[in-house]
Amino acid sequence: MSGTRKTVPGVLLTHTPLLAAATVTLVPIVWMVTSSLKGIDDQFNSLFLPKGDGLLGVGWDKLTLDNFVRLFEEADLGSAILNSLFVSSVSAILATLACAAGGFALAHYRFRGRGVVTVLVLCALIIPPPLLLAPTYELLYHLSLLDTFTGLLLPGFAPAFGVFLFRQASLQSVPREMLEAARIDGCGEIRAFFVIVLPLLRPMVGAFMLITFLMWWNNFISPQVILHDPEKFPLAVAIAQLKGVYYQDYGLQMAATLVSVAPVMILFLMLQKEFIAGLTAGAVKG
Amino acid sequence: MRHRSGPAPYILLAPFLFIFALFIVYPLVRSLGLATERSFGPGTGEFVGLENFRLLLVDPLFWKAARNTLVFTAGSVFIQLPLALLLALALNRPDLRGRSFYRLIFFSPQLVGLVFSGMLASLMFEKRTGLINQSLHAIFGFSLDYPWLQIHIMPMLIITALWMYIGFNMVYFLAALQNVDKSLTEAALIDGASKTQRFYHVTLPAIRPVGTFVVLLSIIGSVQLFELPFIIFGQTPYGGSGPDNRALTLVMYLYRQAFETGDLGYASALGWIIAVFLFIAGLGQLVLTRGDRA
Repeated sequence: MSGTRKTVPGVLLTHTPLLAAATVTLVPIVWMVTSSLKGIDDQFNSLFLPKGDGLLGVGWDKLTLDNFVRLFEEADLGSAILNSLFVSSVSAILATLACAAGGFALAHYRFRGRGVVTVLVLCALIIPPPLLLAPTYELLYHLSLLDTFTGLLLPGFAPAFGVFLFRQASLQSVPREMLEAARIDGCGEIRAFFVIVLPLLRPMVGAFMLITFLMWWNNFISPQVILHDPEKFPLAVAIAQLKGVYYQDYGLQMAATLVSVAPVMILFLMLQKEFIAGLTAGAVKG
Repeated sequence: MRHRSGPAPYILLAPFLFIFALFIVYPLVRSLGLATERSFGPGTGEFVGLENFRLLLVDPLFWKAARNTLVFTAGSVFIQLPLALLLALALNRPDLRGRSFYRLIFFSPQLVGLVFSGMLASLMFEKRTGLINQSLHAIFGFSLDYPWLQIHIMPMLIITALWMYIGFNMVYFLAALQNVDKSLTEAALIDGASKTQRFYHVTLPAIRPVGTFVVLLSIIGSVQLFELPFIIFGQTPYGGSGPDNRALTLVMYLYRQAFETGDLGYASALGWIIAVFLFIAGLGQLVLTRGDRA
């Protein structure tokens, strides 16, 4: 780009609005953190950190982890965390395997019905999920799978957009010659998929597992509809309930939100590139 | 030539096809049947023909939900996307210091998710105790009791969604901007085109295909708005839709019909109206991009 001035006013001109926007973006997150560290008495007499006589006029000694303790002792969020971890990891692993296998098969083999399946996958991309909400609920009712993890997870094991993504990835990054060589060496097709193809698809596997994990971590509507037993609730649903019970208790609500958001944030900071690649590719689903 | 090799492709596709047939194809077909039924809970359907669609068209709550959803969608498309493009333009300089830092920050709210963003928004915009009113009160002496959520719920939802998704859309625009042909920009510069002229005649046409795609994604996502208002009002006497149904959205109305009233048929009819609307929007995008001479 031309004309980017390195002068002091030039730098100020670019960075002032950007820094302002970045600050506005971070304020809710900072507020969440500080609110979760404040006791009930300090909650509303200061905007962020409690006032006091410590460094910078902040009452550092008034900060407390009490909200987090109560979260596990009173509100029993521990089981919700485990439920979320379970639901998200199982979905991420199984959906990735099913989609990688299906996408690779569509890209690599010629077989009867390939055209039909490919068209079906493409058509499924434009189905808005809410349309399937009522008939899926009815189906799970007839299968006696309501209020079970199986009923919650099963419909999500084969997202069409995943097959589509893995089909594209296979076309790009699985060389035919390598599989031919494996065949000549006597490697079976299914074994070749696990031993040769999956490692070649690694970038997409990583990205897709991450976004599937994230989607299930933040998923609200299906567990809300399908699960009834609070013991089975994942974080998103458990926190919506908690909001009703502890509606005045900002510290507890913000601690719960922080605990829910933190694992994903940490994962993101470690695997930024895969995340952005996955999220932007996964948006095909909408 | 693609490889012919017996049962392998069928075995590899089997898990996907099984789930796909059971949980996508069957429910899709069934939703057409359901849309012609009236029920009180699953398994109690009674055929009513096109009655559900006729009732929907004269249902004031449906129209209210449609209007609210449309306002939110318009806010996302006409406010959020231009701002996302502006951010992308500001970050699209190879020599900008802290570029990846900014990108990281603007992108991060996307990870918070709709439910947890709803939690944050509901506390921030709350009267008396929320950060917004407390700050406005401290700085301008603004009334602490101003009920943002109760009076201006749609603008508040648009702001929350802006916070969440602006970085996500910015990433798309940034990718598109980086593919703009440098020689075109330079040629325009040599021809004496001003900055604004270069933007309107070189940059904008070049990012139009991505732009229409982002608009479509934004419409698809916005029309399905549910979690944010549901979390904000879910545990109040208003039950999700806010005072005077100001926060009632199409998907929330579908949810209520299906799982609170138990009328899976009415909900499916509503689902089809949403689907047809999105389908038309998708077709519109297709026509627009085809009109592009790439």
